[in-house]
Amino acid sequence: MSTAQTPLIDMDNISIAFGGIRAVDGASVNLYPGEVVALLGHNGAGKSTLIKILSGAYKRDSGTIKVNGEEASIGNPRDAKAYGIETIYQTLALADNVDTAANLYLGRELMTPWGTLDDVAMEHSAREVMGRLNPRFQRFKDPVKALSGGQRQSVAIARAILFNARILIMDEPTAALGPQETAQVGELIKQLKSEGIGIFLISHDIHDVFHLADRVAVMKNGQVVGTAKVGDVTEDEVLGMIILGKCPPGAIPGPGAVN
Amino acid sequence: MSDPAVSIDRARASELGLTARFFKATELDTRLLGMIGALVVIWIAFQVLSGGQFLTPRNLWNLSVQTSSVAVMATGMVLIIVTRNIDLSVGSLLGFIGMIMGVMQTEMLPKLIGFEHPATWIITLGIGIVAGAVIGGFQGFIIAFLGVPAFIVTLGGLLVWRGAAWWVTSGRTVAPMDSTFRLMGGGPEGSIGSMWSWILGIAACVAIVIMVANSRRQRQRFNFPRRPVWAEVFMAAISCGLVLGAVSIANAYYWPIGIVRKYADANNITIPDGGLFISHGIAIPVLIAVATGIIMTFVTTRTRFGRYVFAMGGNPEAADLAGINTRWVTMKIFIIMGILCAIAGAISTARLNAATNAQGTLDELLTIAAAVIGGTSLAGGVGTIAGAMIGALLMQSLSSGMVLLGLDTPLQNIVVGIVLVIAVWLDTIYRRRTA
Repeated sequence: MSTAQTPLIDMDNISIAFGGIRAVDGASVNLYPGEVVALLGHNGAGKSTLIKILSGAYKRDSGTIKVNGEEASIGNPRDAKAYGIETIYQTLALADNVDTAANLYLGRELMTPWGTLDDVAMEHSAREVMGRLNPRFQRFKDPVKALSGGQRQSVAIARAILFNARILIMDEPTAALGPQETAQVGELIKQLKSEGIGIFLISHDIHDVFHLADRVAVMKNGQVVGTAKVGDVTEDEVLGMIILGKCPPGAIPGPGAVN
Repeated sequence: MSDPAVSIDRARASELGLTARFFKATELDTRLLGMIGALVVIWIAFQVLSGGQFLTPRNLWNLSVQTSSVAVMATGMVLIIVTRNIDLSVGSLLGFIGMIMGVMQTEMLPKLIGFEHPATWIITLGIGIVAGAVIGGFQGFIIAFLGVPAFIVTLGGLLVWRGAAWWVTSGRTVAPMDSTFRLMGGGPEGSIGSMWSWILGIAACVAIVIMVANSRRQRQRFNFPRRPVWAEVFMAAISCGLVLGAVSIANAYYWPIGIVRKYADANNITIPDGGLFISHGIAIPVLIAVATGIIMTFVTTRTRFGRYVFAMGGNPEAADLAGINTRWVTMKIFIIMGILCAIAGAISTARLNAATNAQGTLDELLTIAAAVIGGTSLAGGVGTIAGAMIGALLMQSLSSGMVLLGLDTPLQNIVVGIVLVIAVWLDTIYRRRTA
């Protein structure tokens, strides 16, 4: 990864506080095209919050976000999507009572020339994209509430990749999945990466993501402990960063590193 | 070797019993069917208890007219409850807007454009609808943008608009209404007669067939699984049968003899020996309610707005994260509710031929009950317009039947209250078993 290249995403010195608690405190991370960056940290380390600022769910108190080197104003989820930033939330954020196609196109429905919902066309592309992700998926008429955890996950992923995302944020993408489905998600990440999409993987479990990521960024108490290329550090060293906030020699220390 | 997926599917199909296969093929909503079943049971029970007075064209026709006003409001209440809100102000709003419309046509407009001007009704209705939209939008704004719970805002509205209805005329009843406006309330004049009823009924059947064919063609376009042909034909036939049955019942209710005599005198017709039979046909308020139901069904199922309403009800956070402007959608829902209150207000003032400050008292509870009995879940995300309208019909059938049996009002309230609780309890069981 040449540093001369413009980063796809450059979040600089981001802070947000909720009622006196500084959930994210001067955090900086970046992401290059075709790169997978794992954002690691304990529960409550601020990784999900940081990423929700990028996806438009929260408004930052300070800091800048650059997309392709240009400053971006992201005030709500629609703005983020306009920049090609798609998010798969830990909760999946699916409307449980409507069917797969409706969820895939939620907020971006296909319309007929008469201005009505084109359900058939939506179901058609839903079948197409779900066929790629999960060929055995057949329950297009059921509300997503009726689907299994893995099926729901594939609906959430399908929604993110349906609209030619350039930046994909995956918050704990495999937490609810079995081994086989986890492997599927891994394959998918490799495929998307080869298409030049930048991916943020958020996880509190290092083993889930270590082999998938190019770089890791570790957060603790709202601050970045350090970032490192996966080849330069061992899993144990990263674990030390997560638990103790201790930055190993192979990593670039951040403001949260303990000396 | 056959394709394993196909053989699995076939194995599954043969596991299902005959009835299960029937429901799968027709995609009938078993819940809606259950409600219609309950309605039929209630009707038959009243028919037996009243000694055959309930299922007469006259009673059914009156029932349809009495249901209209609440049915119109129930269609809007569905959207409100689906998004996990509530509107307690609809009865008061109906009273207030009814009063505005009453004053408009009896006191304001006669001075401006003359008494019984042909445009009086439409101007009056237009002002009522604008007032409804503004008031609904105001309440919606407070709920969506200022974050005050809908329960509190509309509870306040319940008091405010009832007070306002009184305040418009200091409690005086306003009557009589404009004669064209009055047609919205039904009666022999406010019905479209036998010929037009048949024309409309047949047009509706044609529309049903076209819709079934069209949806089939749409699914064919992408080669999706389709319902079996027999199921399509069966559903279309049942729907057309219901429409034509309703028309023939409305047409079997003739004008009362006194009105026929007056009509004959006025038009120089001599009444033949066997008597002159003039059919009521479908009442105009019923047409208004049905049209409202069709439009609202279209809005909820075919438009982006409707999709957002249900998505918000299912998971408000997900709707937000999907980039839906949930506040504006909420406000729009309350604007629609205000407009529907105005239409319901027009129907009920026209029917009463007067605007009183007590009009629509307790209608909010009937409307909510209709929506809930009709399968709208108070937990949000679930509900249909058709269900709510059948719910309204069910509530009205109960009270009308009890009046027919001569039950006292307090007893009627007791029965309605018990039925509401039982209906929701049954629904809870149904949902638990199907979930």
